[in-house]
Amino acid sequence: MPYRSVFEIIGPVMIGPSSSHTAGAVRLGQLARRIFGMAPQEITVRFFGSFAQTYRGHATDVAVVGGLMDFETDDPRIRDSLQHARELGIAVTFIPEAEPPQHPNTLTMELASGDSTLRVTGVSLGGGAVRLTELEGFPLNLTGESPAILVLHLDVPGVVAAVTARLARNEINISRMDLSRRERGKVALMVIETDQPIPREVEQDLMETQHVLRVTLLQG
Amino acid sequence: MFNSIQELVALAQAGGVPIWQVMISQEAEETGRGEEAILLEMGENYRVMKEAVGRGIQGVTTHSGMGGGDARRLHDYLQAGNILTDETLLKAAGYAIATNEVNAAMGRICATPTAGSAGVLPGVLLAMQEKMALPDETIVRHIFTAGAMGLVIANRAGISGAEGGCQAEIGSASAMAAAAVTELAGGTPHQAAHAMALALKNMLGLACDPLAGLVEVPCIKRNAAGAANAILTAELALAGIESKVPWDEVIQAMRQIGRGMPATFKETAQGGLATTPTGEAWKRLLWS
Repeated sequence: MPYRSVFEIIGPVMIGPSSSHTAGAVRLGQLARRIFGMAPQEITVRFFGSFAQTYRGHATDVAVVGGLMDFETDDPRIRDSLQHARELGIAVTFIPEAEPPQHPNTLTMELASGDSTLRVTGVSLGGGAVRLTELEGFPLNLTGESPAILVLHLDVPGVVAAVTARLARNEINISRMDLSRRERGKVALMVIETDQPIPREVEQDLMETQHVLRVTLLQG
Repeated sequence: MFNSIQELVALAQAGGVPIWQVMISQEAEETGRGEEAILLEMGENYRVMKEAVGRGIQGVTTHSGMGGGDARRLHDYLQAGNILTDETLLKAAGYAIATNEVNAAMGRICATPTAGSAGVLPGVLLAMQEKMALPDETIVRHIFTAGAMGLVIANRAGISGAEGGCQAEIGSASAMAAAAVTELAGGTPHQAAHAMALALKNMLGLACDPLAGLVEVPCIKRNAAGAANAILTAELALAGIESKVPWDEVIQAMRQIGRGMPATFKETAQGGLATTPTGEAWKRLLWS
């Protein structure tokens, strides 16, 4: 059941014209921005399915860039986000793709700033609800509705135990957990959604845990 | 959490409470928030809905130049007094149009359940509030009736035009509004569920075929149709008329129709009204 809260049905309060193609795109952009952890200097957005056909009319392009600039769904600045991006010297490219996606409202964001890059794919489910489905080639299932922690780590025994034990020490309850890898024995991605917010010191400790390569915190 | 309309109505009946109360309790349990905070947030959403209506009635021009000004036209027509049907019905239709004209102009709205269908529920509720002279609190509570119906529809069939066509957007919105008005008028949870099913059945098969890929034509006026359909089916349910197909089976039918519909008619602007000569002309004018 993807929808849990009445405010996913009555809401969000948003700038029009489309909850899936505008507000959903803002949320996907926001999630990507928060995972990236900084303002991107280069943005490439690839649109698939319905997005590829109607992104201009539904202002999906404007919306996703607004989200990448960390605007909320009801921020009037979304209307002029492309101009904001231009003024900040951010290079923005949109590419409608012909390849049929699994979900009709799919987009991929490729972000770059200096040496850092991020490639993340998400889908807009309708009514403003979204889900990230792929991060750097790892399959993913992240809504951003609850606090979450993303841990990139070596695919060796004991890492999951160490990470979950650290969360347990702070009485943080796990509501959902996903583990994925591209190849056995290489690098794996652990995605943990929690009921409680995750404090910074837990993030710090996790970063120092053996075999952990990168930790990203998302506060719901 | 309730997984079906059947379960939702059973919960209301077991507790001897309206559907809106079941929804508020469920929301509190799911999120760990207090009922007061939940009511406050919904009150804020209702304020946004009323603001959008107010702005739309003044007369809004959309970015494309394709739509706009119709809420004002209907408002003036109603003021002139020579109407065929009923003031509340036309007010609901006009407020629905107003909201979606504001939406098309990239104004601020509250998605119910989506932005393209955001006019239906506020249109119907605000018109009813004026007719019955009710306080905001009463209306805000009944938005939870609509929300409960919408949650089940969203989880069992979906609410996006790209997945299910316009039936999933205007159809869902109309079904949600029908249930809310039925409870508002004193109907039972059982009657509210029938109003939901009757409203949804009338919208089955509706394609999402917007001109130039904009959320304007036919979306804006379909909000008026969704509002009128909600009032009609609420009246039917209050008269004791029932859906012959059980509530959850109607939702299942919508899911099946949505899945079976070709992508041409699901928010791709590749068929239907979007590819009429006029639709093609607008596409060329705006995007080339």
